Amino acid sequence: MTEATVNAVNVPSLEVSGLAFAYPDGHQALFGVDLAVARGERVALLGPNGAGKTTLVLHLNGILEGGAGSVRVAGLPVAKENLAEIRRRVGIVFQDPDDQLFMPTVREDVAFGPAASGVRGAELEERVLAALAQVGMAEYADRPPHHLSFGQRRRVAVATVLAMSPEILVLDEPSSNLDPASRRELADILRGLDVTVLMVTHDLPYALELCGRSVILSEGVIAADGPTAEVLSDAALMRAHRLELPFGFDPSSPVALR
Amino acid sequence: MGAGHSHRLYRHGHSPVHDLPPHCKLAAVFLFVVVVVSTPREAMWPFALYAVLLAGVAGAARIPAGYLLKRLLIEIPFVAFALLMPFVVPGEQVHVLGLSLSENGLWGAWNVLAKGTLGVAASVILASTTELRALLLGLQRLRLPSILVQIASFMIRYGDVITDEMRRMSIARRSRGFEARGVRSWGVLAKSAGALFIRSYERGERVHLAMVSRGYAGAMPVIDEVTATRAQWTRAVSLPAAALAVCVLGWTL
Repeated sequence: MTEATVNAVNVPSLEVSGLAFAYPDGHQALFGVDLAVARGERVALLGPNGAGKTTLVLHLNGILEGGAGSVRVAGLPVAKENLAEIRRRVGIVFQDPDDQLFMPTVREDVAFGPAASGVRGAELEERVLAALAQVGMAEYADRPPHHLSFGQRRRVAVATVLAMSPEILVLDEPSSNLDPASRRELADILRGLDVTVLMVTHDLPYALELCGRSVILSEGVIAADGPTAEVLSDAALMRAHRLELPFGFDPSSPVALR
Repeated sequence: MGAGHSHRLYRHGHSPVHDLPPHCKLAAVFLFVVVVVSTPREAMWPFALYAVLLAGVAGAARIPAGYLLKRLLIEIPFVAFALLMPFVVPGEQVHVLGLSLSENGLWGAWNVLAKGTLGVAASVILASTTELRALLLGLQRLRLPSILVQIASFMIRYGDVITDEMRRMSIARRSRGFEARGVRSWGVLAKSAGALFIRSYERGERVHLAMVSRGYAGAMPVIDEVTATRAQWTRAVSLPAAALAVCVLGWTL
């Protein structure tokens, strides 16, 4: 029993090794990506447009596959026979909440994932309410998603994957299109979650605020991997990968580091 | 905020009719319409009785008569067609107020008008007392092919999103000095429609991606199981049952 417990703690939430992928049209997006994310870690995935970030994300739950290398989620390899379990373990929050929220009401949308994996009745209801409470949206359960503000929709989108109790939460540009208050509210929510997070973002201050570790993906390979403050402070590295800090932002300042 | 959240057809309220499970109401309306349609057109009085039955249901649902009559206006295009029938259908002619009308056509017009109006009235009562979302759950419960229910439910969810997109495109066009006038602007409007189609198509692909990522494998999971008690079924079926009795009398008398 102790051995199993030790294993569960030591197995990384996400383990990508030697992942390479070319699209059918011949365009190669990934050239051997190696990345391990420990359980409970929050990691920012940075990189210029076209670096292969989305391609990498779509490999994490087996939407894209067929290239070289492997992806493991909490030890389970991403492969055809495991897809249902993999998709329960990897919760991807897409950039546009209108794509993510496709059911007529918030409650049904949050229930979709768990219901698809066979949860029914009282347990389903409980999961839905718990997930909505985690993002502070419990009182909006019966609203149609279209009538929520953008920030609220983004939070519900996070709840839709939290309801599946994922091993790892993958966020695609979580702060995009949010006003500063919604951006902060989402940060508070993410900080409070006890779950591994991989966050794809161009919002570098957000990465610094939320993620201890940052990884730069550039031209299909991992170009840098280290503490976020160090990565962002390395001016030459940043320039080489078309990453820029907002005007006046100093990642090494004590305020930013808090 | 209540008004904006339900569909225009639905009339919010609590009544014995509102509270019936959606699939019972759907089945009742369907059976009622079948009974009405199979009534012989030469029997006039059963149709009056059907109307009385519907009025009774509308009363129980607390739908004001004016509201119901206004909703019936949707029938007008079909009425226009019915009114043409006495003039165009061949057959024995009768003379009314100097007009030569076909007897067959008159019966045909009456048939379409009476049965159509009763069917539309029943549907209006159903739509006024059942939320769109509940209707879909009811259809799902009645084992309508799942793909049809899914398509309808996406229409509800994305109708507003696509209308919004259309509005933004229109604002963008006008901001660049375009006003739709006459035939010459049709080209631009057609291209906008094409762009809207492609955008919606691409959104469809992204939505599908999001669904697959959450474990969608072709079938919508059942989230809300709608159930009905025997008493509820009995109440719902009382309308078509009464109509059936009238219908049988119409055939035999």
